[in-house]
Amino acid sequence: MIELDNIAYSYGGAELLSEISIRLTPGSFHFLTGPSGAGKTTLLKLCYGALLPTSGQVRLFDTDMRRLDRDQIALMRRRIGVVHQDCRFLDHLTLAENVALPLTVSGRDLAAEAGNLGELLNWVGLSARSDALPPELSGGERQRAALARAVIMSPDLVLADEPTGNVDWDMSQRLLQLLVELNRMGKTVLIASHDLALIRAAKTQVQARVLRISNRRLQLAGADL
Amino acid sequence: MIRGALSGLIAGDKQADRVVPPSGFTAQLTLFAAGAMGFLAVFALALSLASGRLADRWADELARSATLRISAPADQMTAQTNAALQVLRQTPGVQSARALSDAEQAALLTPWFGPDLPIETLPVPQLIEIVETPQGFDAAGLRLRLSAQVPGAVLDDHTRWRRPLVEAAGRLRALGLISILLIGAAMAAMITLAANAALSANAQVIEVLRLVGAKDGYIAQAFVRRFTFRALIGAAVGAFLGVCGVLLLPEASDEGGFLTGLGFAGLGWFYPLAIPPLGAVVAFVATGYAARRTLRGLS
Repeated sequence: MIELDNIAYSYGGAELLSEISIRLTPGSFHFLTGPSGAGKTTLLKLCYGALLPTSGQVRLFDTDMRRLDRDQIALMRRRIGVVHQDCRFLDHLTLAENVALPLTVSGRDLAAEAGNLGELLNWVGLSARSDALPPELSGGERQRAALARAVIMSPDLVLADEPTGNVDWDMSQRLLQLLVELNRMGKTVLIASHDLALIRAAKTQVQARVLRISNRRLQLAGADL
Repeated sequence: MIRGALSGLIAGDKQADRVVPPSGFTAQLTLFAAGAMGFLAVFALALSLASGRLADRWADELARSATLRISAPADQMTAQTNAALQVLRQTPGVQSARALSDAEQAALLTPWFGPDLPIETLPVPQLIEIVETPQGFDAAGLRLRLSAQVPGAVLDDHTRWRRPLVEAAGRLRALGLISILLIGAAMAAMITLAANAALSANAQVIEVLRLVGAKDGYIAQAFVRRFTFRALIGAAVGAFLGVCGVLLLPEASDEGGFLTGLGFAGLGWFYPLAIPPLGAVVAFVATGYAARRTLRGLS
């Protein structure tokens, strides 16, 4: 599914990540943890091709990311659902239009996909808010909408960067439940989070592997997690 | 990428059009620039066409006439005039040749000497008016024959002063065409600036679109389509107002000279119709260039 082979990433002369090697197999569930600024977001960006490693190799769906041009990376991203902490919506579009954005940019007929879109909004509990604009949504609604947008193309891989960072405990549990459901549907899930309580809660529901970034390197988390 | 953008432009995509947020000042800047340039282009086109007509008319009118001036002693004047007429009648390319009467010659001098000039008492040269056939005559050959048979004859085929006039009108036409090109280039520069501003202002939108799998061609097309239609509308309004301005110019008249003939004639009235589509093409190319460059920079 995704394989990072001894990668390093430097920015402005400073090495942010070093000797990172991981392999996510199809249907697996991973957490990526570590203190703020450890490089969790950078590692996720390397996973979906927003950044290229300074050295080493990123293989996504058996393809070396370095060999892809921008259009090929765009096509690859349609197979990956990404959830950001700040959601990144287009504020002039409604919630439903934002959720359907991956369909729109891939040229799919929205009228034909209306049923799927409705089911998806229902799944994340936002059917009644489909016409709302992003600034009108609460933090939890935004995160659920971002998750819906991430999975509308039925991706093989879901990457989430601090998806519960701006919501209360109950909502974070709801979001976790949705991500666990996605994993049970066969999706590979990688969540970057510094919320150890969330990780512990997840481990009671799903067999999750926890990776920790520390001193620019990646290691398997200890038994405390 | 250009072929894709062109087909996308023509086919249109309402869903894609919604993706790029409506922008304020860049939209107004594009409309204004395209409108102003469309307006100016109409006048540059009118100038170019009018000077072209003028050059053609002057060249045509002056090229088909010539004057033979005979300066000879009074007792030889009639003989030399007849000899000259005889030579002219035998010259290929001369349609007709006629010696001006004393009254006609006096009329020509009246503006300078007044109507009371006793022309018959003065040694005024005899003028012969020559009208050429459309093919014209060999001026150099005619001069040689005249020098042999009519020593007092001087042929003036108007080349001396026709050429600078025609050249001046031709340059005016070229100036008009250069103005149109400069107007197009200025429009392209302004629309490129507006497109750059719009793309920079929407860097976050572009980031989101890339995040969800949009290709650069798709993103560029959304901007290109918007700017192209704005330029088309702006140039159409500008060209329409320009044509109205040309319509308000005075009709062509001999008294008014060149300035009153500054406008369109015949099929020329259809030429301004080409300005809006050309403005749209300029915007299409300029925005496509700006979009590709900005998207490369944002990667």
